[in-house]
Amino acid sequence: MRSGTVRPGRRLPAPARRTPRPARLGAGDVIRVGAAGLRARRMRVGLSALGITIGIAAMISVVGISASSRADLDRKLARLGTNMLTAAPAKSPDGTVATLPDTAVDMVARIRPVDSVSAIGRIPDVSVYRSEYIPAAETNSIAVYATRLDLPGTIRYTITAGGWLSQPGVRFPTVVLGASAAQSLGIDHLTPQTQVVIGRLRFTVVGILAPAPLAPELDLAAFVGWSTAQRYLGFDGHPTNIYTRVRSESVVAVRGVLGRTIDPAEPYNVRVTRPSDLLVAQAMTDTTFTGLMLGLGAVALLVGGIGVANTMVISVLERRAEIGLRRALGATRGQIRLQFLVESLLLSALGGVGGVLFGILATTGYVATRHWPVYVPPWATLGGFAATVGVGAVAGLYPAMRAARLAPTQALAGM
Amino acid sequence: MSGPERRPPLVVLEDVTREYPGGVRAIAGVTLAIERGDAVAIVGRSGSGKSSLLNLIGTLDRPTTGRVHIDGCSVADLTDRQLSALRARTIGFVFQQFHLTPGVPISEAVADGLLYAGVGVRDRRRRAAESLQRVGLGHRLHHRPHELSGGEQQRAAIARAVIGNPALLLADEPTGNLDSASGAAVMEVLGQLNDSGTTIVLITHDREVATRLHRQVEIADGVVRADRGVAGVETEVIA
Repeated sequence: MRSGTVRPGRRLPAPARRTPRPARLGAGDVIRVGAAGLRARRMRVGLSALGITIGIAAMISVVGISASSRADLDRKLARLGTNMLTAAPAKSPDGTVATLPDTAVDMVARIRPVDSVSAIGRIPDVSVYRSEYIPAAETNSIAVYATRLDLPGTIRYTITAGGWLSQPGVRFPTVVLGASAAQSLGIDHLTPQTQVVIGRLRFTVVGILAPAPLAPELDLAAFVGWSTAQRYLGFDGHPTNIYTRVRSESVVAVRGVLGRTIDPAEPYNVRVTRPSDLLVAQAMTDTTFTGLMLGLGAVALLVGGIGVANTMVISVLERRAEIGLRRALGATRGQIRLQFLVESLLLSALGGVGGVLFGILATTGYVATRHWPVYVPPWATLGGFAATVGVGAVAGLYPAMRAARLAPTQALAGM
Repeated sequence: MSGPERRPPLVVLEDVTREYPGGVRAIAGVTLAIERGDAVAIVGRSGSGKSSLLNLIGTLDRPTTGRVHIDGCSVADLTDRQLSALRARTIGFVFQQFHLTPGVPISEAVADGLLYAGVGVRDRRRRAAESLQRVGLGHRLHHRPHELSGGEQQRAAIARAVIGNPALLLADEPTGNLDSASGAAVMEVLGQLNDSGTTIVLITHDREVATRLHRQVEIADGVVRADRGVAGVETEVIA
């Protein structure tokens, strides 16, 4: 270049050749280089990825199982409805149980948002036996109830065998057994000859009910018709449990007036409950356990992350020559750093994929034994991946920076 | 500076010294110019400073004092990133160890020679095949290093070094780990590359190997002791 001939206002062409600029690595190349480092050390990579896998699998399966149980509850509630209210006589402090007026059912039916109402009445001091030869003490704790015939419609019972009680006027006394009661009595199928003994009388079993999640107290029970009970078993005609279905938007309002409607004189004698609340509350107690298990999963993930960091540190120590060669081939410090960071990310992502798969598998396996619907929330899967990426980044950062700091001559001399 | 019609020498070292922490003076004042297309052997015993000199010429290291110019670039003026780019495009390295990753087909290892020059993967693979052809390994593209002899591995390493057609090829004892027949084959490849225009700087302790190159620079105790073959003139430098 001749000097002194540069006119003002005219810019010299940039000496491009004098200031070489490093080329950017494409995303494909970045991943290819990172994966190549993993391929060369499969055993070690597999073991470190396993640590991440266990952590993620633990977390995914805990979340999956709890979400599946929740999904099962939701499904149950959707089927059973959350609009059922029950009323029962309250126990007074001195232990005596109040009685509900026998007009209660009719009164409740007059509340406008009430869709249906039914009732049963406990028949005290009466038990069910398989035959006359069973000692009186072996009651199996089965309660005997007088029931209105419209009970299944309100409770939404399903019947596993036989049918429900038919209209009175049938000449033979008949009974329907709850699921647990049938089991206790050893009755799993019905013939016209299947009979049980209630209060010295033989009753023909005409049906067996499926378990009723909203009224579990009715599983260990036997049901006879209202008038039958009055005629043969000395039933006093006072309902002890009133079941009512209410329009969903009015549940709270009806709940407020139900006691006063049933017993206007002594509303405090009536205990009103919403059984679906109980199921939800039960599910809530599980969350403590879920939190604990999630914590354990997080610890496993942390340990897995330390394993990845360890692998990467050793990898950098062992691969000084490779680092030196890459620097000689023209890799910048940043490209070396990126290479090891990506390697660490890929390593833990590998573990993360395995973890998600195993987590879903474990969830499916466990849930299948409970007959729940399998549900692994997408946020758990995504969160698992995100955690993996975070762990990989944190674990790889220090080794990657060490690799990048290595002077090329030092790296090449260290072989 | 020279005019636009005459390009500067590919490598220029001016009063270069390199001291390591602890006061070891590996290079104690070297001035050297290497023209484009030349083939230079840097000869010296171990500890003479020849590897330090190669690191300086290869821009893997910076001088303590003095100036180094490679292909017209002043090393002192460039950042570490820019030096990396310079190495990626202008300089190829061959080491005594072949540095081929076990289990990786040599065509892939050779293709990596262009990774940091911003060449796409397809072009890299195609040029790797060409480069291996050039060193006589066209029939061994998909072999893995352990399936090759030492000489073949070194030729693969040379193919990697020259895949981007660098102006300068630096070879550090390339025949050091090889028997004489393999060594001769490697030297033959280097000779062909030089004939096709690549400037070659080879480090060796073996005078016999050195004499096969056009110019020999003898190094001892970090200074140039003798420089034979510069434009046909033999110069003895007396320290």
